[in-house]
Amino acid sequence: MEITTNERSRHLPGDLAVWFFIFAELAVFGILFIGFGVARSLDPDTFATGREALHPWTGLINTFGLITASYLVAVSVHRLRHRQTRVALLLWGAIAASSIYTFGKLWEYVELYGSGYNLGTDTFFMFYFFLTFFHFMHVVLGQIILVVLAVKVRNGDYNGDDMNGMESGASYWHMVDLVWLVLFPMLYVLA
Amino acid sequence: MKYESQRVAMPYFIFALILFAGQIVFGLILGLQYVVGDFLFPEIPFNVARMVHTNLLIVWLLFGFMGATYYLVPEEAQTELHSPLLAWILFWVFAAAGTLTILGYLFVDYATLADITMNKLLPTMGREFLEQPTITKIGIAVVVVAFIYNIGMTALKGRKTVVNIVLITGLLGLGGLWLFSFYNPSNLATDKYFWWFVVHLWVEGVWELIMGAILAYVLIKLTGVDREVIEKWLYVIIAMALITGIIGTGHHFFWIGPPEYWLWLGSVFSALEPLPFFMMVVFAFNMINRRRRNHPNKAALLWAMGTTVMAFLGAGVWGFLHTLAPVNWYTHGSQITAAHGHMAFYGAYVMIVLTIISYAMPIMRGRPYGNGNTAQVVEMWGFWLMTISMVFITLFLTAAGVLQVWLQRIPESGEALSFMAGQDQIAIFYWMRFVAGAFFMAGLVVYLGSFFIKGEASPAEEVRGPATADA
Repeated sequence: MEITTNERSRHLPGDLAVWFFIFAELAVFGILFIGFGVARSLDPDTFATGREALHPWTGLINTFGLITASYLVAVSVHRLRHRQTRVALLLWGAIAASSIYTFGKLWEYVELYGSGYNLGTDTFFMFYFFLTFFHFMHVVLGQIILVVLAVKVRNGDYNGDDMNGMESGASYWHMVDLVWLVLFPMLYVLA
Repeated sequence: MKYESQRVAMPYFIFALILFAGQIVFGLILGLQYVVGDFLFPEIPFNVARMVHTNLLIVWLLFGFMGATYYLVPEEAQTELHSPLLAWILFWVFAAAGTLTILGYLFVDYATLADITMNKLLPTMGREFLEQPTITKIGIAVVVVAFIYNIGMTALKGRKTVVNIVLITGLLGLGGLWLFSFYNPSNLATDKYFWWFVVHLWVEGVWELIMGAILAYVLIKLTGVDREVIEKWLYVIIAMALITGIIGTGHHFFWIGPPEYWLWLGSVFSALEPLPFFMMVVFAFNMINRRRRNHPNKAALLWAMGTTVMAFLGAGVWGFLHTLAPVNWYTHGSQITAAHGHMAFYGAYVMIVLTIISYAMPIMRGRPYGNGNTAQVVEMWGFWLMTISMVFITLFLTAAGVLQVWLQRIPESGEALSFMAGQDQIAIFYWMRFVAGAFFMAGLVVYLGSFFIKGEASPAEEVRGPATADA
């Protein structure tokens, strides 16, 4: 079936099943965010004290890394669709940029754990460690997906005819990025 | 049936249904003991009847899962079963061990049973649902390992499909987690952790994989929808089941001594446990709407739709009802838990086994397009009688639970009724539950009766749409 321009603009990027998954993931994070808000309103002092122990600069650098990665992923999808070159290179660039986040986050865990903070310290740190680690695992999964995409592009498995795999992976990656854009201000600034 | 060795599923299904009938008989005994306390005492005390009721459930579902696996794995892998002989041997070993254990519960008192089975060498007895003597537990482990070997060898030599991979992953999880039943630490809080690692991670973890795989297989066969579409759904559903189910174990950790953060983690993740079940409903109905054929086995289709809806209600909605920590603080261990347990087990696991039996049994009996019309109508009567009865059992138990919480848990100390005084107040609901249980038994009799009706569906009843890729 021919896809007309009109249909193209209403087209869902990636696979429907991935969007179900993204919706479910957002629901998990959404409920955790609501829980965070409720817990904070019950005990604002603990949350304010906890926030002061964090390293906002690391958070900001991590944000920069993730946004850069998302930009590179978006450009790579665009270039693949228009059958341009350097798609795989851009994906590897995105993996490198997002590694700023993974190393930054690990550094902060080591730092906080060394200062005696852990999941059981108080409600703030329960949320901090659980939310960020749960998100961290998503970033790592996203990076693995980006590696798979990069390899497939390099091998010529993706040539722009069928954008399903590439768009699905990119949609998942943007979801991971989006969640961090809520997490960062919530934990490091507003708490 | 494409491969002769699939037929080994038959004894597993038949024995499963016999044990199912036994389970319901003991359910009725228990239901009556709730209101007539000394019924059958001292021959069958309440604790023994309860043990038999729950253990029969677990064992017959395992028989059902094994039968389903023997039926579908060879067909998916497009090869004969590695060793039909091993499957037969395992059937008799498991059937004998299961029967002896149940007879042991009934005719020997539990302490003596522990003595004669030499529980003290490796003490594992005495825990709810895991009451089996150690030697039976070892037997189950050996049977499961040999079963997985047989199935694994079959799958490895043939076509690798997502249905097989998900099913075998679920079975590996089932076998692996069973090993926790051998670890019985003396610290009660630690003991509860490991107990839940079996009980919870089975029913809210790996069993969901088994259910998803069987459902996907039956839907491929009945609807003729492309395998790729069905597989994609299956992946998403099991991913959600595992994400929510594993951390959702935390809802059992609220009051057993672990750190406070489990109140949050358990609440949040188990609040999302209905999602995979909801997706199964959408999945099944969606595939049926997009069907490329009208399969003449209407009864199997009804079971497939029914299992997703009832699992969503029983496991999803009734689970959510009391899973948030602030609610569970009041409802923990009340009749609300029993309401949830009944509908969840029936909806998710009883009905998925009956789904595959409904699909596979006629084929193994030489009726490739399903039973004849009369048999199907009778089977569907059984479906509705059992399912509606289970809805009522659940509603009456929920009412009993809500009243119990209201009288016994909510009032400040001193004003709250004692446990037994509370039980007297809710006796009316126990009576109604018993009546609903009797209707369930009637439904089961009707269902079993459908197996004795002759006749088969004709291929002419099947309407095919455009070419199906693989079904």
